[in-house]
Amino acid sequence: MKKFIPPIILAGLCLLPLVGLSSYVMHILVLVIMWSIIGMAWNLLGGYCGQVSFGHAAFFGMGAYSSGLLYHHLGISAWWGILVSVPVLTVFSLMLGFICLRLRGAYFALATLALGEVLRVTAENLVKFTQGDLGIMIKQRTWVEKTWYFYVILLLAAGSFLVVKKVMESKLGYYFVAIREDQDAANSLGINTTLYKTIALCLSGVLTGIAGAFYMNYMGYIDPTTVFPLYDISIVTVMVVMVGGVATSWGPVIGALIMVFLAEVIRSMPGIGAAHMTLFGILLIFIIIFLPNGIVGDFRKITGLFKPRGALK
Amino acid sequence: MSLLQIQHVSKQFGGLAALTDVSYSVEKGEILGLIGPNGAGKTTLFNVVNGFYPPTKGDVFFKGEKISHLQPYQICKRGLGRTFQVVRPLQRMTVLDNVIASAFVRAKDKPGAERMALDALQFTGLVEDRNLVSKGLPLGKRKKLEITRALATQPEMLLLDESFAGLNPFEQNELIDIIRKVKTKGITIMIIEHHMKVIMSLSDRVVVLNYGEKIAEGTPKEIGNNPLVIEAYLGEAESA
Repeated sequence: MKKFIPPIILAGLCLLPLVGLSSYVMHILVLVIMWSIIGMAWNLLGGYCGQVSFGHAAFFGMGAYSSGLLYHHLGISAWWGILVSVPVLTVFSLMLGFICLRLRGAYFALATLALGEVLRVTAENLVKFTQGDLGIMIKQRTWVEKTWYFYVILLLAAGSFLVVKKVMESKLGYYFVAIREDQDAANSLGINTTLYKTIALCLSGVLTGIAGAFYMNYMGYIDPTTVFPLYDISIVTVMVVMVGGVATSWGPVIGALIMVFLAEVIRSMPGIGAAHMTLFGILLIFIIIFLPNGIVGDFRKITGLFKPRGALK
Repeated sequence: MSLLQIQHVSKQFGGLAALTDVSYSVEKGEILGLIGPNGAGKTTLFNVVNGFYPPTKGDVFFKGEKISHLQPYQICKRGLGRTFQVVRPLQRMTVLDNVIASAFVRAKDKPGAERMALDALQFTGLVEDRNLVSKGLPLGKRKKLEITRALATQPEMLLLDESFAGLNPFEQNELIDIIRKVKTKGITIMIIEHHMKVIMSLSDRVVVLNYGEKIAEGTPKEIGNNPLVIEAYLGEAESA
């Protein structure tokens, strides 16, 4: 029974644009699905393999810029970026892994945090190559309607979901979790921890990069502060997974849904709209205290709250 | 040729000499007990043999191959498994998943790993508990799980670090039976243990460390009568 849930949801989503939703709602849906991909990618590295990254903007931005620079310098369609970002991100993740994965725990997190910032500043200053703060603009986006973008990102998300699922059912999945639980024990049980952490990083980086490349095509404009920001991408990525549920297959999807909608709702509120980051912070504190495993991970706890508690009243 | 040869191994942490010129070998098929007072360097020696620390001086040979500068996972692949003194199960995994994760070292695919894991669990008598999350297991079972995991990597030799600490007499006897069974499978064992009853009844030979130096080696009986060993454990006989 459980096996059929993902195809049913996928089919449901495929039919959604036929209902005739407004352009705004479609935009929100596209963002939710894009964030699900980033969340799934982060979850693979941070949730299952235990290597918490605060720099996923680096991968996202690399993907976006591989797409944008192809268009800008070679004049070919930015859609090629989705393909090109795969080797680019693989090489980038390998280099990063070689340097950063010898660090453990908080030190790895700090290194990735710095990385995102380093790339932002680099992109701002390599004016000849990246156009700096001017950003890269696609003069004519492929479609005006959102529908096709929706289908493209849906396809990418379904692919990512499948990849993560297959990986986690395989030897890799067992090794990732073993590394998360105890690196030294994993090492002495015959697991080459450095190798498998690097694999997790590459998979995570590539998936995030693909989402970034899509973003370039979808938004039609990027600059360093929109694709390499610490708060709006790196931290939100962590939040998506933490709110939804770390190390769960549906956590990132639920998290993305909540975070994107919440961001939209809060931003449109008069007066406190500008403080949406503050509110996110408060939300995160609540989640950590009351639902440390996220909404999916602690689902039983949530349903338990609404059950009648016998004579207690 | 001996299965494991430890040759002139020294390990220093800064100015502290944890091991000084330790040499001995372990023969195929035997159980070698490694004893010594607290801080004698027993676990450090395990960590050197297992690859967590490179020795400062000296070398370790396993099956004639020098392993002293390999990583732990490489040493495990060559057939040398170990357990930890402080049990380290992969907490948020079930017992079965724990063992599957280590069986993957030898298994080609998931069904193969699962079969090997179930065999190992059967062997140590944990098969009934396979679907429990390892975090909630009582200590006795966690110690068994630790050994099961090491066995699932199909080792030729097993390093057991204080597998008996904290167990009640019933659990101890169970574990002694398991270790004897492991030996009959042809797996060589080196065991660190404080429990004299256990070590004397299990070991074929005993090596004694004190302050990082080997002070005695011999059969349990010889060790029990060795004045140096008695001195290390009980202090010098009063001469004044």
